[in-house]
Amino acid sequence: MIARLWFQTDPAVEVAGADQNFYLYLLVAAVVVGVAVINRRIAAARHRDPATWYWLGVIFPVVSLILLLALPALAVDEGHLRRISRRQMVGIAFGLIGIVLVFVLAPNLITETRSFAFEKPVAGAQLQVGFNPSVLVLVIGIVYWIVAGLSFLPDRHDRVSMVAQIIAAMLAVPLIVGIGLALSANSVNTNVMNLFDESLVLATPIALGAMTGLWSERVGIINIGIEGMMLAGAGVGFTTYAVLGQSRSVGWLWFSILIAVLSGAALAMLLAFISIRYNVNQIVGGVVINILAIGLTGFLRSQVIVTSGYSKGVATAEIAIPGLSKIPIVGETFFTGRPIHFLMYVVVFLTWLVMFRTAWGLRVRSAGENPHAAETLGIDVVKLRYQSVLVGGLIAGLAGAWFSMESQSGFEDNMTNAAGFIALAAMIFGKWTPWGAFGGAMLFGFARALGTRLQFLDVEIGGFGIPSEFFQAVPFIVTLVVVAGALGRAIPPAAEGQPYTPAK
Amino acid sequence: MTERERGTGGRLGRALGGLRRSLVEGFKLQPVLVPLYAILLSFVVGGILIAIVGANPFKAYYWLVQGMLGGWERVASSIARSVPYIGSALALAFAFRAGLFNIGAEGQLLVGGIVAAWAGTWSWMLEVPGVVAIPVILIAGAAGGALWGFIPGLLRATTGAHEVISTIMLNWIGLFMVRWLVNSRDPIILRDAAASVPRTRPITPTGILPEIYDSQPTLHWGLFVMLAVCVLVAYVLKRTNFGFETITVGLNPHAAHYAGMSVNKIIILSMTLSGAFAGLAAAGEVSGMGATQPYQPGHFITMGFDGIAIALLARGNPIGIIPASLLWGALLVGAPLMQQQAGVSIDIVRIIQSMVLLFVAADAIVRFIFRVRSDEGGAFQMSEEVTL
Repeated sequence: MIARLWFQTDPAVEVAGADQNFYLYLLVAAVVVGVAVINRRIAAARHRDPATWYWLGVIFPVVSLILLLALPALAVDEGHLRRISRRQMVGIAFGLIGIVLVFVLAPNLITETRSFAFEKPVAGAQLQVGFNPSVLVLVIGIVYWIVAGLSFLPDRHDRVSMVAQIIAAMLAVPLIVGIGLALSANSVNTNVMNLFDESLVLATPIALGAMTGLWSERVGIINIGIEGMMLAGAGVGFTTYAVLGQSRSVGWLWFSILIAVLSGAALAMLLAFISIRYNVNQIVGGVVINILAIGLTGFLRSQVIVTSGYSKGVATAEIAIPGLSKIPIVGETFFTGRPIHFLMYVVVFLTWLVMFRTAWGLRVRSAGENPHAAETLGIDVVKLRYQSVLVGGLIAGLAGAWFSMESQSGFEDNMTNAAGFIALAAMIFGKWTPWGAFGGAMLFGFARALGTRLQFLDVEIGGFGIPSEFFQAVPFIVTLVVVAGALGRAIPPAAEGQPYTPAK
Repeated sequence: MTERERGTGGRLGRALGGLRRSLVEGFKLQPVLVPLYAILLSFVVGGILIAIVGANPFKAYYWLVQGMLGGWERVASSIARSVPYIGSALALAFAFRAGLFNIGAEGQLLVGGIVAAWAGTWSWMLEVPGVVAIPVILIAGAAGGALWGFIPGLLRATTGAHEVISTIMLNWIGLFMVRWLVNSRDPIILRDAAASVPRTRPITPTGILPEIYDSQPTLHWGLFVMLAVCVLVAYVLKRTNFGFETITVGLNPHAAHYAGMSVNKIIILSMTLSGAFAGLAAAGEVSGMGATQPYQPGHFITMGFDGIAIALLARGNPIGIIPASLLWGALLVGAPLMQQQAGVSIDIVRIIQSMVLLFVAADAIVRFIFRVRSDEGGAFQMSEEVTL
């Protein structure tokens, strides 16, 4: 009865639980061992009795886990074990994190005051919110327990669970920054609004790249050449800027951004051409685009940019949106910035508008889901695929311009640094929807900004500094975890990757 | 050559057509026609680019060839340079056959190399003879690479995470991990504290593969190791049950599943093996170069991506990888001389490389330009079940 209340009954779900549970147990064992070891280290470093803390760290997770995992085993229904749903799995995860926070982290953290800083409301002063890291961690840990409990509500209340889990996920931001501050060796406060600002800026190329991916994948063409299209935009655009505008004229800067956009589109057309006209495997096509872009831009850099003598110059100027930028605290963060960054919001909005609110967008989506059905309705699938991939290429070129003409003015070999692939992951994270992909891009932007920030804070655990390489790797680890399906299996457009030949 | 095609070119065309036909039939060139023409076409495109930037393409290519083959030492360098590419291309080619796109050869090389370099500095290794030390280092490297291939394989099989993205992420994670292991001063992990640049300690002298020719880079016995692995892979693919299952899964996972094969097992195994090949190549480098150059992460940069092009050029054929890698190594050895003598950036080699890849992948373009009749679809085929 209890089990019936706690675990959803879904006879339609296939009983594939056996192997999944195996991995679950493995994971749990790893977490328990990890917690125990870390706990012992910290306790030893802080001169407390290691044995007690060690056993506390082991016993609590083990007991709670046995309770949680034993429940479905009791709920034998028609001879089948019921599977734990993904919602409940996430709940268990939050519960575990909560346990670690309350019993392991909170007692060991410092109790001195640390503070979050915000943009100055008046010149010269900074708004600071002080907090006690230990208490903060304790409170968030308890909130996570509540969220874990709410995740086991019956199915009809799954909205409540979802909202609770989203709130819990958002609480991770103050949690991580707070812990980072508490462990920091050199700093007692950190500017939170700056962190958001950096996240948004770093998310710009990722969000644009995700839109590129969206435009081509929604129409049925896998695009792993986003990286190459961006790189081509960055390289060719900056070459134009260096040669024609000596890297400083504003007029030529905008002309070069246009060239960047067009060169992204040119590579997109190459991808569309070889994958539509010649039915080349689309992943191979994407790899071709990437390698071609590396060679082409490297060649341009050493043969043209360097010889022109203008390898560094002036980037796009910062603009402030009149009125809105004067709002205290948030104004400076959200409404001052550089033009391509603002264009990014426009592109995301237009992508949503065109793809989901126009007839043409509907046709694009239908070509990616079932091209043959679309064809019977009189849609020219081939033409549509060219058009849509082209739109994506234009956007990728803009993202490239961000690298070489907005975030800095200059071109370096391979300067896009896998942003195209992270964009692809952001798109998958957003389940092939514009706003979801935008959210994913924000997450990755935040992961990057946070990595830099924590590196800057010089975080130490038990006298052992966390290496900067770890923070550099954080966005890639996050991407890997996301792609591995931490957020539920995403369903790609049905006809994605399949060559299409008109019936005729 | 059909009558229609020959008719268009007049007498000269007919003569050339006849020459080509006798060449093709005499040397059994039909299966490799497309790659050969693709290379030719890529050099033409590269030449046009060189001419556009104002240099003489013939002069540039003359010095390129001089750099590749001018003298025994150059030839040895070219071969030595191509050895690790055999491994990285093999990692790609084997995964291709299972319908997987293993872009992670770079990470697998890096991790395999670091494990091999680490194994080479174990204290007991100093006391054992070469017959023990060398295999230990090679196996350690292969195991490191295998681990880095196993992760995306497992993710693909269990969660459906596409190996293209997960391997690229693992490339970067591997790079940062290796950099940390090699760079870290506090604590010192694998760094050679005595050296001014970040690198690992030199491996045990008994663990160094014998040298064949004292060129730059050294030509060592790693060549024969990689050649043997190529032959072994060709045998496994062609003659064993496992090879048959791998190819079946690559061509049609559904059919393989209904035939009673475990698709997931093949996916995980083939990714792991792919990683092992890359790791072995890296270990060969670490062990072969041990006398002059301890492990540095920078050594393996771009080798994984080059492997993609080589594997495609060889159309996934393990034996075909050998000449394709030789071409690659030779181009890279020749390029600096070209830059020095003809003033053309070495990046032109990258462009030629991507062009080769493009023309091999889009072989319809080559077939159209050179009127090559279509063979049975080529060795390189991937499943159409590729989704991201």
